[in-house]
Amino acid sequence: MRFAILQFPASNCDQDCLHAVRVAGAQGRFVWHKETSLGDVDAVVVPGGFSYGDYLRCGAIARFSPVMQAVKRFADDGGLVLGICNGFQILCEAGLLPGALIRNRDLRFHCEQVFLKTVNPATPFTSALPKDRPSLMPIAHGEGCYFADAETLAGLQSRGQILWQYCDASGATTESANPNGSLLNIAGIANERFNVAGLMPHPDRAAESVLGSEDGLRVFEGMIAALGARRAVA
Amino acid sequence: MKAKIIITPKKAVLDPQGKTVQNALEHMGHTGVTGVHVGKYLEIDLAPGTDKAAATQALDDAARRFLSNPVIEDYHLEIVD
Repeated sequence: MRFAILQFPASNCDQDCLHAVRVAGAQGRFVWHKETSLGDVDAVVVPGGFSYGDYLRCGAIARFSPVMQAVKRFADDGGLVLGICNGFQILCEAGLLPGALIRNRDLRFHCEQVFLKTVNPATPFTSALPKDRPSLMPIAHGEGCYFADAETLAGLQSRGQILWQYCDASGATTESANPNGSLLNIAGIANERFNVAGLMPHPDRAAESVLGSEDGLRVFEGMIAALGARRAVA
Repeated sequence: MKAKIIITPKKAVLDPQGKTVQNALEHMGHTGVTGVHVGKYLEIDLAPGTDKAAATQALDDAARRFLSNPVIEDYHLEIVD
């Protein structure tokens, strides 16, 4: 399996993502934002960072990069796309995912480990995550408060598009377990086809036990398993 | 000729920055402040002789699709000579 890891000016988790993808057993390569083609790849990761200095709004400029047209076509064709942190913001700005990410409610940058409840385990991004306990991954963001209007939120809920919610160690999605004020404690979502997902926590930074958690690795493993299943069918 | 675009958070969106500024104003002794909304102001310089109607249409499109995010923000566009 081949992963494309996008690189924008001021992406800073691209190396981490490439490493995590390799630890998960896949191949990966970087694709510079000025490229107009992704090449022959099976999945795309839009990594974290501060693309274009977060100017105007986080992810607002990155979505105009030539490579994002290729990502849109790839997603329209059913390709798997994962956006992490700034990557999630970029996918929302690009219209590949609904809603937006705004300033944390306490105006502070949060850099900490969080527990995540897998709300919908039946997706390529969540199928390999632990089912008997919450996942543990770090967050590092100042603008991760998920917002969408009531109608959009209701649609996300009814279609199972909410993939992850912030929770406490017992799995309860409490207000105090919500680090940034996200509506419904939303940490990550998918599109209606479940081939595009984004989350604020960093699976790439929780991909080896030496990092304190291997739960993030399961996100990449789930994607690889789903791609393997697709190939078997084809 | 220039375009002036004011972008503000939608009323339904949590605006912690506005709330914090409001609290500070109250600490300064300003009473009667019932809300503060912190947004952005863009000034876009246009070439002399630009067709106003065409510029309004083009910039309205840019403001809606790029300069603001309609999920969380409202905008007001004005073109002045």
